[in-house]
Amino acid sequence: MNMEEYRGVWVFIEQRNGELVDVGLELLGAGRDLADKLEVDLCGILLGHNVKDRAKDLFEYGADKVYVIDDPILELYRTETYMKAVGDLVRKYKPEIFLYGATANGKDLASAVATEVMTGLTADTTLLDVNLDKRLFEASRPAFGGNIMATILCKKHRPQMATVRPKVMKKADPQPGREGELIEESISVQEENLKTKVIDIVRDTNKAVNLEEADIIVAAGKGIKDEKGWKMVEELADVLNATVGASRDVVEMGICGHEHQVGQTGATVTPKLYIAIGISGAVQHVVGMQNSELIIAINTDPDAAIFNASHYGVVADAFEIVPLLTEEFRKVLQSGAEEGGVAHV
Amino acid sequence: MNILVCIKQVPDTKIIKINPKTNTLDRSSAPAILNPYDAHAVQEAVRLKEVHGGKVTVLSMGPPQAKVAIKKCVEIGADEGYLISDRRFAGADTLATSYALYKAIQKLMDEQGIDLVLCGKHAIDGDTGQVGPGIARRMEIPPLTNVIKVEEVDLKEKRMKVRRKIEDGYELIQSELPCLLTVEKEINDVAYSPLPNMIKAARYNPIVWTVDDLDDVDIKQLGLKGSPTIVGKMWPPEKSAGAEMIDGDVKKQAKALVEHMLEKRELFEVKGGEKV
Ligand SMILES: Cc1cc2nc3c(=O)[nH]c(=O)nc-3n(C[C@H](O)[C@H](O)[C@H](O)COP(=O)(O)OP(=O)(O)OC[C@H]3O[C@@H](n4cnc5c(N)ncnc54)[C@H](O)[C@@H]3O)c2cc1C
Ligand SMILES: Nc1ncnc2c1ncn2[C@@H]1O[C@H](COP(=O)(O)O)[C@@H](O)[C@H]1O
Repeated sequence: MNMEEYRGVWVFIEQRNGELVDVGLELLGAGRDLADKLEVDLCGILLGHNVKDRAKDLFEYGADKVYVIDDPILELYRTETYMKAVGDLVRKYKPEIFLYGATANGKDLASAVATEVMTGLTADTTLLDVNLDKRLFEASRPAFGGNIMATILCKKHRPQMATVRPKVMKKADPQPGREGELIEESISVQEENLKTKVIDIVRDTNKAVNLEEADIIVAAGKGIKDEKGWKMVEELADVLNATVGASRDVVEMGICGHEHQVGQTGATVTPKLYIAIGISGAVQHVVGMQNSELIIAINTDPDAAIFNASHYGVVADAFEIVPLLTEEFRKVLQSGAEEGGVAHV
Repeated sequence: MNILVCIKQVPDTKIIKINPKTNTLDRSSAPAILNPYDAHAVQEAVRLKEVHGGKVTVLSMGPPQAKVAIKKCVEIGADEGYLISDRRFAGADTLATSYALYKAIQKLMDEQGIDLVLCGKHAIDGDTGQVGPGIARRMEIPPLTNVIKVEEVDLKEKRMKVRRKIEDGYELIQSELPCLLTVEKEINDVAYSPLPNMIKAARYNPIVWTVDDLDDVDIKQLGLKGSPTIVGKMWPPEKSAGAEMIDGDVKKQAKALVEHMLEKRELFEVKGGEKV
């Protein structure tokens, strides 16, 4: 393999129903830094049906080039078609770094492509950098249940690939009117030769518990005691427009479903705001939420471990303080101007 | 229906300790267990066998101790277990792991035929979830990842339907057989093992293969040599300094918390301009 031939930073742009998934834009933000350091182009890889128009969004978010394959056969994600299409692009255009969002489909695709083009792939990274001296990509991730951070290198194979957790990287501010080069490619696969078919997609839009992509999570632990306590937490979440999380004990008590569980055996989350209510802070819980940007803990026990993992804490009875928070916040949202709030809609 | 389940023995990551001097894992601090997701995969295979007949075989790559994990699978109801174990497999990343497992699967495929391959969603030590799709790609069969339910198996038409979990719901996907599934925990509850299984497992001795037992193996693709990725450095994650505690009566605390939450003002649709 002649590694000199491989140049450029690529980002796989996932779309659902033609809508761009946020993590792709976040990775353009992160990829921009890498591309600037390496002095190469940042490229978006966009696959789907009737998606070509979205390329201009990608330019505004920092892409220099967008490779598009627009074909009805790519309308819905399937490993076999996407793997083939992306594998062909890699062989033809030879990127040196290739990033994918660590979503269900992003991980599935990256794993298949890594084997297809025989290269290294680092999963669920949270920190990206390049070593310019050696022109090496440094992809770091929590390992062993979050007990340690590890940097993974791929020295002799190209592209160097990684999946990146949603909500870890930051989108750049879009630059309206920023332009780039659109490159259209095609895929030569016949439907009748395919082995899989998506029959139906059931989107749980009403009460989707999408913890991984949530910006705000209000999480309940055993300290909320019962359904009544859960209701109280839900009310706060409602006002904040937050998703409700839970410790495993709450799930095991049957108060909510497993889809709410945060932690080692539940979801790993990285919201901008995490409010832990009546959660003791066991390591199995903390590994699932410790990378949240701002963590607030409410607990009656001043020695609860959760305070070690939090930015702000109050020793208080949840049943007293949570309703107050709900009320207080409702007021703030309604009178933001008086509080000196900046308009944000 | 012959089902092959790939299973891994992993250190129990919830109790593993880090050696603070070397920043490496102290493996001796953690007991080795059957990867929890793989237990669900074995359970699902056993369930499918009960309905459709056939055989459940488990396959693992690892050191000789990994036999214990295979015996655990026999307890759950697997019929047979193979361990591929050889110094030349050691140090494998996901690409080299999928290659070695694929070579063993090929041999089993020739010997007994395989209709379905199952893997866990991920192994809790590596947390990658890459080995399953890697094996599928090598076998040239479809990978169906994050499966939460097997809806239908039609052996006559050689196809199956499963539910795949995606971020905002699930998709129903149909695939030809053979295919490979990686399973989520929701797919089933791992049942308590019946006594006869326990007895069988206690006496069971997994079949062990070395590299030499496999056919047409490219040694360069195995183990450390066959692994494109290597671990650079390791360091302990930053521990936060601990929370800034807010004292006072509960009203004061609530007010202060709201203010701190508003540090993330961009998250909230605080109405500005128009006075309410
Ligand atoms: C293999 C394994 C995997 C696991 N995976 C997970 C996982 O994914 N996620 C997870 O969360 N756990 C997991 N656990 C369980 C974990 O070890 C803890 O048992 C669990 O997180 C504790 O939940 P908790 O904090 O809600 O309950 P507790 O530990 O019982 O804590 C309740 C807290 O509420 C406080 N409290 C009580 N009353 C009030 C009140 N009125 N107001 C305010 N505070 C109050 C108490 O002071 C206490 O700190 C796992 C365990 C194992 C063995
Ligand atoms: N050494 C191994 N032996 C057998 N199966 C494995 C091995 N490593 C990974 N697997 C399988 O691949 C799945 C995903 O592992 P990973 O990609 O390491 O997260 C596991 O749940 C197992 O089913």
